[in-house]
Amino acid sequence: MVNLIIDGKNVTAKKDTMVLEAARSAGVDIPTLCAHEAVSRAGSCRLCVVEIKKGNRTRIVTSCLYPVEEGLIVNTKTERVLNVRRLVLELLLARCPRSEVLQNLAKELGVDPQPRFLPDTDKGKCILCRSCVRVCEEVVGVSAIGMSARGSHKTVGTPFKETSSVCIGCGACVYVCPTGHIVMQSTGDKRKIWKRTFKMQTCEKCGKYFAPVDQLKFISKKTGVPYNELAVCTECR
Amino acid sequence: MSKVSDTKLKTKQIVKKHRGDKSALIAVLQDIQEAFNYLPKDALTVTGKALGIPISRVYEVATFYNAFSLKPRGEHIVKICMGTACHVRGASAIQDKMERTLCIKPGETTADKKFSLETVNCVGACALGPVVVIDTEYHGQVTMAKVDKIIGKLKEGAQQS
Amino acid sequence: MKKISNAKALRRVQDDLKQNYDPNKKLVTICAGTGCRGYGCIKVKEELEAEIAKQKMDVEVRATGCFGFCEKGPLVVVHPEKIFYQQVKIKDVPDIISKTVATGEVLEKLLYRDPQNNETVMREEDVPFYKKQHRLVFGSNGMIDPTRIEDYLIIGGYSALAKALTEMTPEGVISEVKKAGLRGRGGGGFLAGTKWESCRRAPGEPKYVIGNGDEGDPGAYMDRSLMEGNPHSVIEGMIIGAYAIGASEGYIYVRNEYPLAVLHLTMAMASAKEAGLLGKNILGTDFSFDIHINKGGGAFVCGESSALFASIEGRAGEPRAKYIHAVEKGLWDKPTCLNNVETWANVPIIINQGAQSYASVGTEGSKGTKIFSLVGKINNTGLIEVPMGMTLREIIYDMGGGIPKGRKFKAVQTGGPSGGCIPESLLDLPVDFDKLYEVGSMMGSGGMIVMDDRSCMVDVAKYFLGFLQEESCGKCIPCREGVRRMHEILEDICAGKGKEGDVELLEHISTGVADGSLCALGGSAPNPVLSTIKYFREEYEAHIKNHRCPAGVCKALITYSINPDKCTGCGLCIKVCPTQATSGEKKKPHAINNDLCTRCGACIESCKFDAITVE
Repeated sequence: MVNLIIDGKNVTAKKDTMVLEAARSAGVDIPTLCAHEAVSRAGSCRLCVVEIKKGNRTRIVTSCLYPVEEGLIVNTKTERVLNVRRLVLELLLARCPRSEVLQNLAKELGVDPQPRFLPDTDKGKCILCRSCVRVCEEVVGVSAIGMSARGSHKTVGTPFKETSSVCIGCGACVYVCPTGHIVMQSTGDKRKIWKRTFKMQTCEKCGKYFAPVDQLKFISKKTGVPYNELAVCTECR
Repeated sequence: MSKVSDTKLKTKQIVKKHRGDKSALIAVLQDIQEAFNYLPKDALTVTGKALGIPISRVYEVATFYNAFSLKPRGEHIVKICMGTACHVRGASAIQDKMERTLCIKPGETTADKKFSLETVNCVGACALGPVVVIDTEYHGQVTMAKVDKIIGKLKEGAQQS
Repeated sequence: MKKISNAKALRRVQDDLKQNYDPNKKLVTICAGTGCRGYGCIKVKEELEAEIAKQKMDVEVRATGCFGFCEKGPLVVVHPEKIFYQQVKIKDVPDIISKTVATGEVLEKLLYRDPQNNETVMREEDVPFYKKQHRLVFGSNGMIDPTRIEDYLIIGGYSALAKALTEMTPEGVISEVKKAGLRGRGGGGFLAGTKWESCRRAPGEPKYVIGNGDEGDPGAYMDRSLMEGNPHSVIEGMIIGAYAIGASEGYIYVRNEYPLAVLHLTMAMASAKEAGLLGKNILGTDFSFDIHINKGGGAFVCGESSALFASIEGRAGEPRAKYIHAVEKGLWDKPTCLNNVETWANVPIIINQGAQSYASVGTEGSKGTKIFSLVGKINNTGLIEVPMGMTLREIIYDMGGGIPKGRKFKAVQTGGPSGGCIPESLLDLPVDFDKLYEVGSMMGSGGMIVMDDRSCMVDVAKYFLGFLQEESCGKCIPCREGVRRMHEILEDICAGKGKEGDVELLEHISTGVADGSLCALGGSAPNPVLSTIKYFREEYEAHIKNHRCPAGVCKALITYSINPDKCTGCGLCIKVCPTQATSGEKKKPHAINNDLCTRCGACIESCKFDAITVE
């Protein structure tokens, strides 16, 4: 076990725990957007920054990636930290002016939109945190979506902006997206996501549409379980 | 042989040259661009399959690095150096002039496919600034008058051949 | 070249080469760096060879690496007298051969003429540009043909490697580099020996050493000249480093825009391998080490170590949070020691002459020399190598020859996009890692871009932020969005749409971007803005409050007019104007219609009478 101090509280955490988790378990709230439990971490949103003190040296680190250390002093609400968070939110509000998640978070942290920033109209609600790309690669294992370009031209999507032939329509990307940017429409026997329409499978028992055919085929191939055994929804299984 | 299968065959040879090594992706793409003057979509698809890298990752790398173009480029690649030394010596005026002369913006290719215009972050020939590199030739101390001359010469050459 | 089986054999090979070398034999060296190639030096070289053949003379023409004095290329030196000719053209070649080479006659017209006293200078070392230099790393560039390993061996090349392998322990090498106080030449200025030591101690196999030749700072090209002109010095340094650290594999990451550097490095590696100086069982010892070359894809962020690793691994160059150091987990999560190529080239020198002698040059905290590229609004553009601690004034005025056209010095930008602009009041600053940092700039890779009173500092800040916005990898929000917003505000200011409070807002964003960014690119991105605000705030104010660009650069804030006293009515400006904004009758003063004028500058360029004024 490792002992550290977070916002003046003595905290004990297991080795290799990140400061973010250690803080949360001690009841210290740190805002995050890109740290999702389902995927690996990148430290891209920078909301979870904290100030750490080792000896005489202080520095700003992302708590989601910084492992606890014996004797570490962590402050989660110093002026420097709050300044970074404020800026990140101002920038995000200008990038994704329609995102309710961001609006609520800004309200919580007392941040107003910066009037000097002209709001974007073409970015949707995407903050480019890469969670969707990660889940598609790390959990689903198909890598149907990815990032393209760099800097302020960076976007997320399918390669060549065309419909992906490897996407299975599972919707895991929708589930991990922190801002609700990715749209998935399900109507009747069809599901539409990333501009591709998927045929849905009906549950052999209850008759409800419950998963895209492609997803079940993918699972069947991966696990060796025959398709017909998978054609039953989780509730009826 | 059809153009598509030719592209695929050449790409496979390139991947083979790099022994199918995943980490050689960037080198493979550099060789593909060398062979085709840009990165054809078919070549990227083949590369992904041959190296065992998802096409989304290949696309990510191909669009991340400046050196790669996913669009066919012109016969002559005109690169304007935008390094600091060239900037303070008036590179943006040269860029404007070049855009007017070729009627294209950086990243574009003329309709006759003769010229592509690109900007580059310093070619390290600062004494020659402002510098324009056309294909492999360096043109130094470029003036607006010189732009007309250089491009005129290349257009003439293109007509003769 | 035959395989050299041990250290003794190396000495024999070097001695043999020296014995067969007659220092009094006629030799013509010509700079064949990229700069001089731009001036057409290859044609001059071919002409020299043709002329020598025609006159049936036995004289070697040697294309060498960059001499550094790029302003005056193509550069030719006739040996053994060391007569230094500049701006040599094809038509000068017959005279050079029949007069200088054959009879020793010096051609006055090709000599460098000192603008101060109008006197000619015969030898390279007496030219003011070279006089104060201390060319420790860069000196051999002008003597050796980089494509021949023999040329490197003759000047004692690979002796340091032999010494390290046979007379020193790895720990001994590290201790020597530590004592020498060598700091990384690529940017941060981290102590190389300390880095090596941590890497040696780090658990994990294999270990890697990397030479960073992804010289991305616009305006800096010393790494290229080193890789092109003396590739063996970089390779030798890396092999010694690998021995010290315990690495078996290495990479040199070279910018894609440097084809000649890639070629020369590849050739140098092949000949070093053939000679048994690289590869398996180097110099007959049980130490083996190999190097690969990776070409960059054109991404400035790959100068950042973790992004460079990602690129070598075949991924997009996105940096990762560096809470675990590269010396422990770098390339493929293995202990990795990354140094800039100039840093590596310093290593053989330290081993050869010893730490004490090496550390006798430089300042308290910065030892040795540094190569700078002196570019921009400066008379003598080129690469200079000076002891750390030389003042900016000496560099800019004594070596650089001051500002062209009698204009006034305004600022010097150091450290590339991560650095800052230093004003005239700080010209007596001794240049070293710490002093540059103290004034809000940094060493970076050694670019020095000189600006005069016609350079607008807001425009310069806008230029750098525009550069960084394009080069940000886009992974983290403060850098991707923050730099973009700063650039937008700077664009507004330059377009006359600046708002009261913009400077303060820029400062606010700067703090957040510097503190919040994931890597050093974002961390230092605000420097060009902060340093120009610090030293040239009044220029920002003039743009925002008075809608004026004092330097006459920002198009929206300037007007062109024709001085009727100077205009002769030649009509040239009418001919070149793309928007028909200039008009007038022949032989009568012309005029400019500012509603049509796009301030493209074509008329200014064309006017032979300096009649067009910018306000």
